[in-house]
Amino acid sequence: MGSDTRKRTAGAFDVRLVIALLTGVYGAVITVLGIGFVSDEDLAKAGGMNINLIAGIGLLVFTGLFLLWVKLRPLTVPVPEDEEDDSSQSEQG
Amino acid sequence: MTVLAQDLRLDANAIDYALLAFYFALVLGIGYLARKQVSSSLDFFLSGRSLPAWVTGLAFVAANLGAIEVMGMSANGAQYGLPTVHYFWIGAIPAMLFLAIVMMPFYYGSKVRSVPEFMLRRFGKPAHLVNGVSFALAQILIAGANLFLLASVVNLLLGWPLWLSIILAAVIVLAYTALGGLSAAIYNEVLQFFVIVAALLPLTLVGLHEVGGWEGLVDKVASGPGGEEQLSSWPGNQLTGFGDNFLSVLGIVFGLGFVLSFGYWTTNFVEVQRAMASKSMSAAQRTPIIGAFPKMLVPFIVIIPGMIAGVSVTELSGENKAALLAGEAAPSGATFNDALLLLMRDLLPNGMLGIAIAGLLASFMAGMAANLSAFNTVFTYDIWQAYIKKDKPDQYYLRAGRVVTACATILAIGTAFIASTYSNLMDYLQQLFSFFNAPLFATFILGMFWKRMTAHAGWSGLVAGTGAAIGVFLLAETGVWDLPGQGASFIGAGAAFVVDIAVSVVVTMMTRPKPETQLVGLVYSLTPKESRTRSTVGEDAGWYRNPGLLAGIVLALTIVLNIFF
Repeated sequence: MGSDTRKRTAGAFDVRLVIALLTGVYGAVITVLGIGFVSDEDLAKAGGMNINLIAGIGLLVFTGLFLLWVKLRPLTVPVPEDEEDDSSQSEQG
Repeated sequence: MTVLAQDLRLDANAIDYALLAFYFALVLGIGYLARKQVSSSLDFFLSGRSLPAWVTGLAFVAANLGAIEVMGMSANGAQYGLPTVHYFWIGAIPAMLFLAIVMMPFYYGSKVRSVPEFMLRRFGKPAHLVNGVSFALAQILIAGANLFLLASVVNLLLGWPLWLSIILAAVIVLAYTALGGLSAAIYNEVLQFFVIVAALLPLTLVGLHEVGGWEGLVDKVASGPGGEEQLSSWPGNQLTGFGDNFLSVLGIVFGLGFVLSFGYWTTNFVEVQRAMASKSMSAAQRTPIIGAFPKMLVPFIVIIPGMIAGVSVTELSGENKAALLAGEAAPSGATFNDALLLLMRDLLPNGMLGIAIAGLLASFMAGMAANLSAFNTVFTYDIWQAYIKKDKPDQYYLRAGRVVTACATILAIGTAFIASTYSNLMDYLQQLFSFFNAPLFATFILGMFWKRMTAHAGWSGLVAGTGAAIGVFLLAETGVWDLPGQGASFIGAGAAFVVDIAVSVVVTMMTRPKPETQLVGLVYSLTPKESRTRSTVGEDAGWYRNPGLLAGIVLALTIVLNIFF
């Protein structure tokens, strides 16, 4: 997306990437906690369910789907009328 | 409460704090990035009307998924059980669909920038001023209450002093709303929506696992205080406080489902503003409908954890629940409001706990940001620009918007400290809400479909309707009219609606209507069909972007849910 510097991308950012960043980091952290650092006390608390691992994997899957969406339907930035000369508008995917 | 504070202290460790800090970094980052999009006052107040429907749709739900919703509805779940779903399926969905299909063409099509501005165009200055001032006042009060609740949760969970949490939270919300305006608020609402789901969905799953699945929950609720009745949504007598089944159903359908919810969802600018920020008529119409899909499912991750807490958390189950249902203090000292926090404490390990805390704080902050962004728009456009400093260049109002946001935040810190002196302020705020929204809805619906309705009818109907609601409230408060449960606000809203209509009709008959040429685009029969219809080409093409069809799907699903539960 960033290769064409003539694209008017400075004016907008894709909130989907921010969401994916958040869920990705959260997912990674608690998956690691769920695999490597789960104590018996934690397990007993949640009735034997390793919720960090399960929720972590869930978050990572969600992140993957979101990134797929961003890839398949990239953000298009319409060029405002007064900047019509800058005509390198990206196509709707 | 002091005894309980120690029990509620969550066992957060460094990882939880790191996850929390990461969330706040992203929130501020969004504010910074959104700032680049702001070059005019329309960018600041309405995101330049450029957002896609899924963003505004999720923001539409998230703006309402604040303190009252998350804490209050899980508390309701613990107290009343499944009938709480009426707040979602009866009390929100139909109104959201009505807003999308019937009202949005006028809001978006007339290009007004706020709900009070619509009042100005339709009914003139008196109605505009009544609506603008009362809305602005309500937002500041609600923002303060949100801020106080946020701070008290931080205080309870993490042990930070109340004043520090209030100021810190206010500074963060101010930073991103003043920088990025509505876009920053909306993008953060979308982010917040996902964090809340990431926090509550695992909590619900662990909770269900803990009590032995859905079957186990059903058995435990049925055998506990409250009994079987808490397991089916109808007739919901415990919720309304009416003994009679028929009256209870009537109260839910007409009071909650019609007047209160239509008043809230269709005229509350906090919500409507999100739809106004979308990029086309079609997207504006789809905003509430897209919002309706998650809205349908939110009860499963809010009410069910509440119900689980009501049977599994020691402080809230058994004799404690029985005492609370009887209107007494529980021996444990807990209240239903603590349901979600206690469940988190009991079930979540570190890591998931950090995400859950982030989700809770996110919901409080987004609630406050929504109040602030709606307030600064109404104050700047409808009070400052309309009556105090007219005809300044656009940049002036953009700057004014930022200054107003800062002032509003300081005022909200003030109202937060006022809020801290009341124990049940949220109840009163919700009541206040019904004072203003129920009559507003009556005036709107009449004004949109009856071209003869006059300017004087506009403001006098509003004032009389609000007066009627306050009258019912006072009767119930002083005990002259005994209405337990939520029945008082249902009846108050009904009275406001009926009185507003009656006064409007009578006043209209005695005063002169506005010339029809001034009402084009504002009244149904005078608006050419073209200006009400949406485009169906380009980014608005496709059956899955057809508001009517989407609304039909939502309605069908809601009916199915009502049959099953």
